[in-house]
Amino acid sequence: MDLLEYQGKQLFARHGIPVPSGAPARTVDEAVAAADEIGYPCAIKAQVQIGGRGKLGGIRIAADREQAREHAQAILGMDIRGLTVGEVWVEGASQIEAELYASIVFDRSARAPLAMLSTRGGMDIEAVADQTPEAIASLHVDPLLGFQAFHGRRLAYEAGVDADLVRPIGAFLERLYGAFIAEEAMLVEVNPLIVTPQRTLVALDAKVTLDDNALYRHPENAELRDLSGEDPQERMAKERHLTYVKLDGDIGILGNGAGLVMSTLDVVALHGGRPANFLDAGGGAKADAITAAVEVILSDPKVTAVLFNIFGGITRCDEVAAGLIEAFAQIRPAVPFVVRLDGTNGEEGRAMLAGAALPNVHPAATMDEAAERVVELAHPEGHGR
Amino acid sequence: MSVIVDRSTRLCTSGITGREGSFHTLNNRAYGTAVVAGVTPGKGGQDVEGIPVFNTFAEAVAAEGANTAMIFVPPPFAADSILEAADAGIATIIAITEGIPAHDELRVYTHLHRTPGVRLIGPNCPGVLSPGKANVGIIPASFFREGNVGVVSRSGTLTYQVGNELAQRGFGNSSIVGIGGDPVPGSSFVDIIELFEADPETELIVMAGEIGGDAEEAAAQFISTSVSKPVIAYIAGFTAPPGKTMGHAGAIVSGSHGTAAAKAAALEAHGVRVGRTPTEVADIVVDTLGGSR
Repeated sequence: MDLLEYQGKQLFARHGIPVPSGAPARTVDEAVAAADEIGYPCAIKAQVQIGGRGKLGGIRIAADREQAREHAQAILGMDIRGLTVGEVWVEGASQIEAELYASIVFDRSARAPLAMLSTRGGMDIEAVADQTPEAIASLHVDPLLGFQAFHGRRLAYEAGVDADLVRPIGAFLERLYGAFIAEEAMLVEVNPLIVTPQRTLVALDAKVTLDDNALYRHPENAELRDLSGEDPQERMAKERHLTYVKLDGDIGILGNGAGLVMSTLDVVALHGGRPANFLDAGGGAKADAITAAVEVILSDPKVTAVLFNIFGGITRCDEVAAGLIEAFAQIRPAVPFVVRLDGTNGEEGRAMLAGAALPNVHPAATMDEAAERVVELAHPEGHGR
Repeated sequence: MSVIVDRSTRLCTSGITGREGSFHTLNNRAYGTAVVAGVTPGKGGQDVEGIPVFNTFAEAVAAEGANTAMIFVPPPFAADSILEAADAGIATIIAITEGIPAHDELRVYTHLHRTPGVRLIGPNCPGVLSPGKANVGIIPASFFREGNVGVVSRSGTLTYQVGNELAQRGFGNSSIVGIGGDPVPGSSFVDIIELFEADPETELIVMAGEIGGDAEEAAAQFISTSVSKPVIAYIAGFTAPPGKTMGHAGAIVSGSHGTAAAKAAALEAHGVRVGRTPTEVADIVVDTLGGSR
């Protein structure tokens, strides 16, 4: 789960990481009240999970109340690369002497946390990483040993920070690592990490990704939500405990097991179709889960045909057939379904479907045949669009 | 021969008294696997259809000589159970549990990596099947028979799909190994391919990968330097958009890293043929081994 900037800053503050004080706001009046409270000048920052919002006008400085109102009006509701801004974060404007970059990443390849530090923080860190990777100091931390003082010194010296900042940077990184471990994050990133004229460090931005599998141990994080980024179908699927990802095509897909569903998307694409979604009904899906899944898929108005691709292991094909029959009784879908049932109890499942004689449901013997058929049915006027 | 599980396997299931744990343990026994014990703290002294239950792994090892553990307990208890099995001297630990926190996996991996003689398969995997010998996990064994193709995969159902296509063309398997779809799997493609390379029964290796991480790229490198047997690959997720987790916690394309196209290219650059569909993978196997045996 990705946090919004202000959610990340509130998380940082719990771990003693210095952040500017501020307040979130969802309306112009709330934003102005927050600005009055914080004092001027202050920054009004769009809360969306997209990089580069500053360059797109999503961060503005207000010198007084009038400007605060003006900026809040401009930012709330603005579209930033397809996301509508529903929330702003108002914080005191900071004086910046230098901009650094600091992060801790869960490095899967190395199977260890990777700590990074650079003196060239700010908007162009991607370009720095790309063109002058040596400007970013990095090291892996032994997960059983944790962050040691020498890690901080080494990063600070290798990054070339000013001598008076070596110790404060080390302490900052130690706290950042502490937050990474305590909150079970996959990423904690501070860009920019600013140096003020008083030579103190402040996290001016926060990018935090949490491990979804660990949220049960962090109820306060599990409650955080980004309403701007949530798609209605994805929210509906989450409520029904289904693994669903919205895509931009018109062929609804359901399968069992993440790998098989990914493979199904690919095979449909190879036949010239465009999948509308990824939906993994999961291992051992029962009839009611299948009915719920059909509802989620069909709630996307773009869907013109649906493909069921089931290879039953612990999932039983007769359960899937029962769920599909129940879904048809409840919903009466208007679009064609292609159904491939193979594996555990495949014969029983296929016989049940044949017996039910559902309207506009087409059986297919193999995954390839099923993909080809669903593409034809989705675009009856011919392949492609 | 085969890899990881065989007739010498003496299985102990952690979570044997749970619904899923007992169901699959009994399935494994019905297949012919020697299931010698189960562990559920607080239920020591009971039995599950004749399989003795112990409070700790140490007792199960001492009393029944268990050498393989299957982990079926829920995510909050799984890391602890894996570490307990290793501490009791169990050499092969197969973790089926899905949804273990990544930081738990990282600590477990790091510790086991430093403990000589322990192998962890999974977590979030379907287990290991050596047809005709032993089945540990949830792989539907009836679709597979003995043979010379070793299969290693990050995904359960995709393994069944590929295995089934091979079976329809007359091929059986030495072993089928699910390494799981999590960010920090206990064993990688490289670990399992190394075992298949050393296994005399295995003549060809099929690896089924997916988006995310760089395990397929590492396998490509390893195959080019250390594997003499033919390897055929499949990669799922060519159409997956960046930034979205596709079901498995480990299946996510971040930036330009971890795409299916990059993985296929890395494998092909090292001489590994990559099938674009599971059907094509089976066709390439036929082409390589020249018909069935």
